[in-house]
Amino acid sequence: MIDIKDLHKSFGEAEVLKGIDLNVEKGEVVVIIGPSGSGKSTLLRCMNYLEVPTGGQVLVDGMDLQSADINKIRSEIGMVFQRFNLFPHMTVLDNIVLAPMKVRSITRSEAEKEAMDLLTRVGLANKAQSYPTQLSGGQQQRVAIARALAMKPKVMLFDEPTSALDPEMVGEVLDVMRSLAKDGMTMVVVTHEMGFAREVGTRLLFVDDGKIIEQGIPKDVFEAPQEDRTKLFLSKVL
Amino acid sequence: MSFDFNLVINSFPLLLAGALVTIKITLISVAMGIVIGMFVGIARVVHIKPIKWLAAIYVDFIRGTPLLVQIFIIYFALPLVIGIHMDPFLAAITACSINSGAYVAEIFRAGIQAVDEGQMEAGRSLGLTWPQTMRYIIIPQAFKSVIPPLGNEFIALLKDSSLVSVIGFEELTRRGQLIIARTYGSLEIWLSVAFIYLIMTVTISRLVAYLERRFDVKK
Repeated sequence: MIDIKDLHKSFGEAEVLKGIDLNVEKGEVVVIIGPSGSGKSTLLRCMNYLEVPTGGQVLVDGMDLQSADINKIRSEIGMVFQRFNLFPHMTVLDNIVLAPMKVRSITRSEAEKEAMDLLTRVGLANKAQSYPTQLSGGQQQRVAIARALAMKPKVMLFDEPTSALDPEMVGEVLDVMRSLAKDGMTMVVVTHEMGFAREVGTRLLFVDDGKIIEQGIPKDVFEAPQEDRTKLFLSKVL
Repeated sequence: MSFDFNLVINSFPLLLAGALVTIKITLISVAMGIVIGMFVGIARVVHIKPIKWLAAIYVDFIRGTPLLVQIFIIYFALPLVIGIHMDPFLAAITACSINSGAYVAEIFRAGIQAVDEGQMEAGRSLGLTWPQTMRYIIIPQAFKSVIPPLGNEFIALLKDSSLVSVIGFEELTRRGQLIIARTYGSLEIWLSVAFIYLIMTVTISRLVAYLERRFDVKK
């Protein structure tokens, strides 16, 4: 599904990603953990070219993002941001139907019907006519997930989806993500939620200093980390 | 020194007719300025360098030279180059529109750049193109923050339009000059002219304040 080869990314002098190779298969839930500044968010953002790599290759569904129609590929990659990034001037419903209508050219009535199904799925059907600022952080993030799902993506990218939330709202967002994983959605999740990583992840990646230091089945990595840096990091967060 | 109220009363209809012309030229110029400014403002944030530079040159040139000189260039100098002599009305509108466009462009650029970067990223991540994201997501949000500065620009242009009196275009200020040439009533006429400008600018600023409140309700 996602094939990354020798990925490098620099911001000016600072090299943030120093050669990443990663293959995400269909149906996998890959969870990326690591200290802040390790490059894990940049790695995720390279997967839909929100950050353009300075070296290496990213292939999604066999298509090289360098040469492919980036808008078409992005329409098939859902992304959920730390700070939700809902469109504040639109109702919840309009937030969700905008891209299906403009990118997929489906009718408003059809888009709204699908949007309502998605809102029901994330438990917010009664908020369709609200504006984002009228919702709590957890509710906004669930709308953001519904908005991404409306494009029927083949893979979903989550960039620290619970980091901006008050603690009591983390659970409701993780529940939605858990049910997505259960339905077989391919997911790449950058998170600090170790419980979620262990329970839902099919693979855990520990990233530090722009490189993948260690990866494996979450349970194994948590219980018996092989690398010193992984051990050090886990000893601080667990 | 006496104050001749009769002169004020007798001149008022003529001055009001001049004020109407001032309003007309301001409205047309601001409307044109908004159209020009929106395109140039967007051109300032586009990722295509030549377009960006052209927009920057336009804005710098207009903001870096006096409107009075721009009026002279368009009315006196341009005909020497293109061979067509514009009438004062067309020259006035052209000068004021081009001038206003540069200031409005800066207002739009600032408004666009004030929208959170995450909005562009969210739009693009959904597969919307850059122009689609601008149109449906960024510009509607930018509009709210550009209303107050646009109001200021409207007021500034209404006052600056008095400069087109130098090419003989009969708006409010020019009318005042003409009446004084006939009656020597400097005190009465200039105070009346100032008063009429004041009424117009205060009305606009109230209108803008009202619009600001209305656009805020939805959020």
